[in-house]
Amino acid sequence: MNKRTDSDPDFGVKMQTQDVNIFYGENQAIKNVSLDIADRNVTALIGPSGCGKSTYLRALNRMNDTIDNCRVEGRILLDGEDIYAREVDPVEVRRRVGMVFQKSNPFPKSIFDNVAFGLRIGGEKDKDLVAQRVEESLKDAALWDEVKDRLQSSALGLSGGQQQRLCIARCLAVWPEVILMDEPASALDPIATAKIEELIRELREKYTIIIVTHSMQQAARVSDFTAFFFMGKLVEHGDTAMMFTRPSKKRTEEYISGRFG
Amino acid sequence: MRHTKKDWVLAGLTGASLAVILLLLAVLLGQIAWHGVPVISTEFLSASPGADMVSGGIWPAIYGTVFMTLLMTAAGVPIGIATAIFLTEYASPRSRTAKLVRIAVNNLAGVPSIVFGLFGLGFFIIFVGGSMDALFYDDPRPVWGKPSILWASLTLAVLTLPVVIVTTEEALRQVPRELRDASLALGATRFQTVYKIVLPNAKGGILTGVILAVSRGAGEVAPIIFCGAANFLPYLPTDLRDMFMHLGYHVYALATQSPNVDAARPTLFGTVLVLLVLTFSLNLLAVIIRSRSRAALRP
Repeated sequence: MNKRTDSDPDFGVKMQTQDVNIFYGENQAIKNVSLDIADRNVTALIGPSGCGKSTYLRALNRMNDTIDNCRVEGRILLDGEDIYAREVDPVEVRRRVGMVFQKSNPFPKSIFDNVAFGLRIGGEKDKDLVAQRVEESLKDAALWDEVKDRLQSSALGLSGGQQQRLCIARCLAVWPEVILMDEPASALDPIATAKIEELIRELREKYTIIIVTHSMQQAARVSDFTAFFFMGKLVEHGDTAMMFTRPSKKRTEEYISGRFG
Repeated sequence: MRHTKKDWVLAGLTGASLAVILLLLAVLLGQIAWHGVPVISTEFLSASPGADMVSGGIWPAIYGTVFMTLLMTAAGVPIGIATAIFLTEYASPRSRTAKLVRIAVNNLAGVPSIVFGLFGLGFFIIFVGGSMDALFYDDPRPVWGKPSILWASLTLAVLTLPVVIVTTEEALRQVPRELRDASLALGATRFQTVYKIVLPNAKGGILTGVILAVSRGAGEVAPIIFCGAANFLPYLPTDLRDMFMHLGYHVYALATQSPNVDAARPTLFGTVLVLLVLTFSLNLLAVIIRSRSRAALRP
């Protein structure tokens, strides 16, 4: 595995969070998290249930805006610009920072229409261009060969793993720069999970990927960097291989070795 | 499983209640069909009533009912759907406005229908119509400020509004949150998400609710007594300001105001039968749409 690191001049920092606090009403879910996300690398967020990693992830494309009593403080930068700045449109942020959810959520539409959705709402009228982009996205998501003969049939007829790859293709179609994945394989069987993981390794060539996962092994397999969250705080962040072999904090070691969590 | 005595008693009681309901329905419908069917003829359905109200047909009443129902739907349903969209998609659950609107809707649903009739008279005819006359016409005779098919339809639209709002809200809530999230995460605006994802997926439920509300409104008589229904009107309404005949109101008029009640009976049953067939076919349509839209959501 050829790893890219911060020292590699071609790959800088894509996103930065600075002293981020997130609240649900009175409850603070995330406390003072500062973290740099490397461009075109995979960063895994790990930690026990309820540690705030999903909440943190959803702050990165302003999906938390849709939750009624959720409040985000601090700065979250995308290419150096604050995505929570007053003049920034959350819709624009979500086009640049896409998201794949834990439970695959295809629209009850055809396979083609699912992938074309983002382009069409973005105002793309050129049918050939849409068709071309749908094909590219499905190929990038390693789904094209399985569905090319039934693009017009319902997406709900696909298997669970195929549905999740369709959701990834749908996300890719709008040319995002960053892809957030919230436990994308937690509802899938081992074979489908392996396909998703392989896909993540390939997508890393073009996209910055941040993945929340419950599985230590998965984090070790797919990520270049790992961030360990505990009780709303970022405990440790670093190179994945280092984190899994020689963590610097005792908590991290205990969690990774399965002593709690 | 062993049945105890209590089980048998319970089964007997529930079975008996069921039998009572079925029997009542059978007697009701049977009687209407028995007396009504022989009256139905092409002439009965297509002719105007004679001067004694009993002879001739009921075509103006059928026409008036359909016309009024269409107007009512066009006026009330868009407002009802828009309100439901506001409540479920835009208003925050803790918003005070949303709470107030919900309380208003629930109270509206509990108001007796005759009160809607008085409201229509007081608000639409006297206030709105009267003001329009005062503003735009010099004529002392009322142009808008009198009972008409327009005001009757608007009154019924207000009456059916709670049903439309509540059923639409229910249908919108059935759309999983995951679909909204998926759409928003792809860079859709809230409006695009509602228009392209939520509404298409709630279409069946909304249509069902709308049709049930409409079929209820179509049969209501009390609200239109003061607002535009006419006892006897051999011509068809051609203008929004015309009065109109209505099947339900015609039944009421035949039963209470006919000089010879016994002679009016066959016409009465025939009219009831036509009204029932109209509302039942609307309900049937609702059932068909509901089952189709459920089928469409499956792969």
